[in-house]
Amino acid sequence: MNPFTVHVGTALPLRRGNVDTDQIIPARFVPYFQLTGQGNGLFADWRDDPAFATNQPQFQGATILVAGNEFGTGSSRESAVWALQKAGFLVVLAPRFGDIFRENALMRGLLPVRLPALAIELLWSLTEADPTLPVTVDLETQQVRFADRTEAFEIPEAARRRLLDGTDTIGDTLRHEADITLHERARRPLLPRTRSAV
Amino acid sequence: MGSTLAQKVWAGHTVRRGGSGGDDLLYVDLHLLHEVNTPRAFDGLRAAGRTVRRPDLTVGTEGHNVPTISLNGLFDDPAGRRQAAQLRDNCDAFGIPVHRRGDDGHGIVHVIGPEQGLVRPGMTVVCCDSHTTTLGAFGALAFGIGTSQVEHVLATQTLWTGRPGDMAVTVTGTLPAGATAKDLVMTLIARIGTGGGQGHIIEYRGEAVDALSMEGRMTLCNMSVEAGSKAGVVGPDETTFAYLRTRPGMPEGAEWDAEVAYWKSLRTDPDAVFDREVVLDASTIRPYVSWGTNPAQSVPVDARVPGPDEFDSPEERAAAERALAYMDLRPGRRLQDVGIDTVFVGSCTNGRIEDLRAAAEVLRGRRVADGVRMLVVPGSAAMHRQAVDEGLDKVFTGAGADFRPIAGCSMCCGLNEDRMKAGQRAVSTSNRNFEGRQGKRARTHIASPAVAAASAVTGRITAPADLGDGRS
Repeated sequence: MNPFTVHVGTALPLRRGNVDTDQIIPARFVPYFQLTGQGNGLFADWRDDPAFATNQPQFQGATILVAGNEFGTGSSRESAVWALQKAGFLVVLAPRFGDIFRENALMRGLLPVRLPALAIELLWSLTEADPTLPVTVDLETQQVRFADRTEAFEIPEAARRRLLDGTDTIGDTLRHEADITLHERARRPLLPRTRSAV
Repeated sequence: MGSTLAQKVWAGHTVRRGGSGGDDLLYVDLHLLHEVNTPRAFDGLRAAGRTVRRPDLTVGTEGHNVPTISLNGLFDDPAGRRQAAQLRDNCDAFGIPVHRRGDDGHGIVHVIGPEQGLVRPGMTVVCCDSHTTTLGAFGALAFGIGTSQVEHVLATQTLWTGRPGDMAVTVTGTLPAGATAKDLVMTLIARIGTGGGQGHIIEYRGEAVDALSMEGRMTLCNMSVEAGSKAGVVGPDETTFAYLRTRPGMPEGAEWDAEVAYWKSLRTDPDAVFDREVVLDASTIRPYVSWGTNPAQSVPVDARVPGPDEFDSPEERAAAERALAYMDLRPGRRLQDVGIDTVFVGSCTNGRIEDLRAAAEVLRGRRVADGVRMLVVPGSAAMHRQAVDEGLDKVFTGAGADFRPIAGCSMCCGLNEDRMKAGQRAVSTSNRNFEGRQGKRARTHIASPAVAAASAVTGRITAPADLGDGRS
């Protein structure tokens, strides 16, 4: 995973709440998703509408998605995160995220940042008025800065460290293997197994 | 101060505490896999030269992409076929048991786990699927994860995750005749919203929850995720133990007694404190149906389609406007006047035997209306066998419904051949009425199996009580 420290980019306003992962990438695109090459099912059914934000030329090149409440609810498909990343997004700003989407994003290095609804509203208005408005997302100081505003945000410290360092989470966890083994030995003996022990 | 069930299970599985602001490292007792969200996890494992730590605590099943029309039914989608093959190959390569289409143990991932006795009180269970919350019905802590987390669990049998808060949903009184667990959970979500359980584990309790069967509790916990919660749990009780007693692989004699004693000890202590509590009066719950494009946009079947001005926040008003346009509904229209052309009974929400019985009971002596296609897909091979043993298959086919021989998710998630066409409108026993969920530009009204079957008979959204005596 690439480290994430400070990012300055432009924003794409997505004036919708409850954007579930079936909208981010409809199911029929999920089995086909490839990280490289052509094609991306991102917002596929909404992109049929020429007025949809991602079709607007002034927002091409945006790296920060600004969305309404409950972004990424629904299905656990991590391809929702992959599709956003493939389209060039590094950050999603929203008042609140679906739990699994947020965890997937943190695992893959797409930064999900919770901002108050008022800040989101302001960003929508400002970026619609000026699509070139630079927005700074600073994971080191945990701030989002735009125009003359500074918005602080919270993120679990362990996740922040992993993102800043670009850590391989599995490798990191395996440093605690002794603890895992200890727990394993103390498990209740009658817990079910799916096959005979290895 | 006492502890909640969720707190006890969490504490018993914490390998390392995260400290301030950090996630805890939890041990995973059971890891379920399906074909759609796992190929890349195995790719990652191979690329890093890692192996699966506990294949004996892991099991796979193909459910999302598989055709359910016949054992040899063809995948209409080559990528779906490839994913099913990848799951088989990956499981075989790493020594993980896998249930293939046609196997006795095959089915939807959340249906087969309990059937096979793999889900018990006090366990931690994860799966690459948001409806893993279903399994909380057993007093297990069960939740969905993404592909990167699947890779992490395969390699380490653990998961870093933040400790959620505790929310109690207390359902007092008794559900009236005709109201089901599905109606209960839809009523709850309509009340608290799609984010109402965010950051919390919901414990369902109270007289009406105690009275639910395990199937009903699974339906209830299944849709916990539609309220945004991490998981849903029900305290293990005699209903739980009676269900488990009949499952394969259970301990016997003194060992069984010891397990039951342990399971009982997991129940929430009387003096435990919840961060939030919601109280519902079961006696007020009626058959429910969704009108919009998220599960919170639901009302009783005998209600009218609400207008955007009935909502408090600008965001809800905008969402209602969008939903009404997508669903092609006018405010004030009676939902009972809304015609439908498709009915789906099945899914991890309502694809178990009790659900099939409820739908069959409505259909007995009646016919699916002309112009309506009714699809019934059992949640597992075992459910299919049981339905046939009980003669339900004959009720379905006799009424003109399409009863499928192979289990799977089918029309719930639009990943196999059972996609709806643009403009079609369904009453579906599944869990999500999202835009395009069951097919591009298709419209979904979620409801209970009984409402789905009654709607199939009339060709309109209908509660069973309104069908009258017209059985042949």
